[in-house]
Amino acid sequence: MPEQGIDLPQGTLDLLILRTLALGSQHGWAISERIHQVSSKVLLVRQGSLYPALHRLERRGWIKARWGASENNRKAKYYELTKNGQKQLEAERSEWEKLAAAVAQVLEAS
Amino acid sequence: MNTIHDLWMRLRGLLRREAVEQELEEELRFHFDEQVRKFVEEGVPLDEAQRQARLEIGGEEQTKEECRDVRGVRFLENLGQDIRYGLRSLRKSPGFTLVAILTLTLGIGVNTALFTIVHGVLLKPLPFPQPERLVSLWERNVIDEGSFNPVSGGVFADWESQAKSFEEMALVGEDTANLSGDGGALPEMIGTRQCSHTLFPILGVQPALGRFFSEEDDRHGANGTVVLTYGLWKRRYAGDPAIVGKSILLDAQKYTVIGILPAWFDYPDARVQLWAPVHHEVSEMDMQNRGNHRFFVTARLKDGVTVGQASSELDAIQQRNHEQFPDELMGKGAQVVLLSENLVRGVAQPLYVLMGAVGCVLLIACLNVANLFMARVTARRKEIAVRAALGGSRWRIILAQVTESLLLTMAGGGLGALLAWATLHWLLTLRTDLPHAGSIHIDRLALAFTFALTIFCGVVSGLLPALAVTRSELLGPLKEESRGASCGKRRARLRKVLLTAEVALTVLLLIVGGLMLKSFAELRSMNMGCTTDNVLTMGFSLPDARYPTNPQIASFLEQMLVRVRAVPGVSRAGIVSVLPGGGHFMDNTFSIEGAPPLPAGQFLNAVLRGADPAYFTTMSIPLKRGRFFEDSDQRENGNAMVITESMVRKFFPDGDAIGKTLVIDWENKPRFEIVGIVGDVLSNLNQPAEPTMYLPINSGRFSYGSLVVRSDHGVTTLAVPIEKEIAAMDPNLAVSDVLTMEQRVGKSTATAEFDALLVLVFAALGLILAAVGLYGLLSYLVTERTNEIGIRMALGAQRSEVMRIMFVDGLRPSAVGLGLGLFAGGVCAQLIRSLLFGVQPLEWRVFAAVALVVFVISAGACTYPVWRAAHVDPMTALRCE
Repeated sequence: MPEQGIDLPQGTLDLLILRTLALGSQHGWAISERIHQVSSKVLLVRQGSLYPALHRLERRGWIKARWGASENNRKAKYYELTKNGQKQLEAERSEWEKLAAAVAQVLEAS
Repeated sequence: MNTIHDLWMRLRGLLRREAVEQELEEELRFHFDEQVRKFVEEGVPLDEAQRQARLEIGGEEQTKEECRDVRGVRFLENLGQDIRYGLRSLRKSPGFTLVAILTLTLGIGVNTALFTIVHGVLLKPLPFPQPERLVSLWERNVIDEGSFNPVSGGVFADWESQAKSFEEMALVGEDTANLSGDGGALPEMIGTRQCSHTLFPILGVQPALGRFFSEEDDRHGANGTVVLTYGLWKRRYAGDPAIVGKSILLDAQKYTVIGILPAWFDYPDARVQLWAPVHHEVSEMDMQNRGNHRFFVTARLKDGVTVGQASSELDAIQQRNHEQFPDELMGKGAQVVLLSENLVRGVAQPLYVLMGAVGCVLLIACLNVANLFMARVTARRKEIAVRAALGGSRWRIILAQVTESLLLTMAGGGLGALLAWATLHWLLTLRTDLPHAGSIHIDRLALAFTFALTIFCGVVSGLLPALAVTRSELLGPLKEESRGASCGKRRARLRKVLLTAEVALTVLLLIVGGLMLKSFAELRSMNMGCTTDNVLTMGFSLPDARYPTNPQIASFLEQMLVRVRAVPGVSRAGIVSVLPGGGHFMDNTFSIEGAPPLPAGQFLNAVLRGADPAYFTTMSIPLKRGRFFEDSDQRENGNAMVITESMVRKFFPDGDAIGKTLVIDWENKPRFEIVGIVGDVLSNLNQPAEPTMYLPINSGRFSYGSLVVRSDHGVTTLAVPIEKEIAAMDPNLAVSDVLTMEQRVGKSTATAEFDALLVLVFAALGLILAAVGLYGLLSYLVTERTNEIGIRMALGAQRSEVMRIMFVDGLRPSAVGLGLGLFAGGVCAQLIRSLLFGVQPLEWRVFAAVALVVFVISAGACTYPVWRAAHVDPMTALRCE
């Protein structure tokens, strides 16, 4: 059965991808798996949003791609964070934390 | 850094498209395989694992499309596709492509050419510094209501001493001069101007070589000096810089060349070749005379003074002036106009009319191409519906259509620029009367204009059909087709609207062109009052330096006539100071002896001509009463005068003029006795005959004139022998304008003829385009309705009935267009009223002729399609789908 999960709000996918790649270079499938696992199977990144997002980040120069061999020795496209990507991650992360804290504050206040 | 990276990625997407696609394919394949592997590892059988993976991952093609969008080159890819598609479909129908490109070439070409002229003549500022402060000054109401009277030397002096609005003013006088032969060059007659030394500083022009006039040069009794135009310098003196400082012989007098004007300088027009200082050329007495209106005045306004302020100041000065000297013949006021406007007075309106006409042609061309596209789009609507069903967005389909029409118009625009270049060249050789003609050429602005036109045409002719066909019924055709019902009404309606507009514009052009042609025909049919068949004319001017006394002039003229009459083939020869059709040129005030004196400030005035006794019979000017001049009148103090019928009507309304004595207002108040009355001749073709008095040519006032020679046949062959006779008498005397009377009349009406023919040619083009459009529309309607016609006929409709229905359907757009066009034509005719001569703006014959032509052509275009409709075989028609 296909696993169920929450679709990500616009813009957060980029943050999650960057955060995942901060741990080391990965191919697309591993990135989606990793997000799925780490979020306790709550977040589901579909292929249809993952690859356009990866290509967009690549075009902006935040990640770069190279071809390498996967664990079971197949040709796979690996993405890794660039210096600009690192900066972008930090910026987006603090942005997100501010937003989350603010939203939480508002929700608790009422 | 980031931008470069971004650009690199985009370029890679564009140029290495195959590789990028391949990578995308592999990447997604890997993702799928990993997903399958995961399920298999979890214990799912392979089939089931693949199925689940596919379900989970979703549409692979959609993902690919989104990834392609991310590359940011989607637009260019589409464009490339559209261009390939457009080229393919244009190649498939070469006939359509050819007609459309030719139509657009024509529309864009003539528009660019006309725009270049209008821009060069009317819109470009004068090539002088601060041209908005350069003005032209005129007296007004000297004799009648005219508001552009030339200024007399005395009045100019009054203005110069009193007016405060101007930094400086300058006189400009017209003249011609005999440039004597030197170094083997032939003598020639050239157009010259006399000017104040202030003129060139006012204009702000610098000499290309040497210097301009100083105050010392511009004095009576100074050494003669001249400034050459660049053209004369190059042509006559081979551009030799050493000419500056040398002397040339002008009217047999020595002048020193002191400077050369720059090449771009063509003020006031390109026909002027040489300048001389006015005070040196014109006698002191003439410079102080208030009644001799012979100069043009150019001035520079003081900073901050408007044309309006200057005009009211000058008007007030001249009004005071007039009150102060009521006995002087001078303007009752004055006016100031911008120099730029003054130079184009008289040519601006015809140019705007032509511009409007070519604008109409362009619109017609666009509408026609839109119409053609409409037909094609209609034929392709199934294909379009299929594309729409397969997910082509409406925007995408419209874009494809506009791309196709832009391809066409680009071709048309490119060829149009070439056509414009050729047209411009041709127009400028024909229209030498245009100011600044020499400096007009296709420049960057003109090319930008062509480009803008091209885009405009492409968008109009592509967008209209595309919008119509994609509106709200993309899938309609698929449904329609199965039923074979009459369909596509909306598209037919749009085509009808386009066609109506086309017909209306054509009718408008035809009416304007027709009125102008009628006006030209009226001009040509004007009776000059004299014969124009087999008459050869040539102008001459005897230089004062070599012919200082009246007896010398008289003997030269007499001898010339004897020699010319002796040339074999010459049947008659005479001399007149100004030829019929040669313009107003000269008039004088006079009084009638014995008549009660006129109140101060009122004058009798008539045109003045000199003629020899044989002139009237040579030109077949009829004698009405009395006698012509006789040889005895030609002696130095001869006092015979011949006047024209209109002069009798104006000044002797109730009595016999013969035997009366007129006193002409010259210094010595000479008295002339009227001995004869002759028929009128016209000074200007488009003006009524002016009251005229003739004096004997030898009376001492006329050192210039025209020789007229009559022959039974082939008068032009006499030109060379006659010129030889004159050269034998005085090798340094140049004759000018050797033309037959026919040629002279043709020259004076050439502009009117040219404008009328041009507009009519445009109208004819519009008519052909409209006829083609109409034929196309009706053919289309017949094809569309074949089925319906078949059913009607199967149910018993008569052929005549079918024909009637189709005819009405086809002619309705024409009829509506005709109505609209006639109305618009009526409005425009009022606007061009001042260009028309002898024709009422609402001349019903022109309107009727246009209506008839358009109706006949429309009916003709409908005939074949209607005939085809009437011969539809019901059985075939019903089976054909």
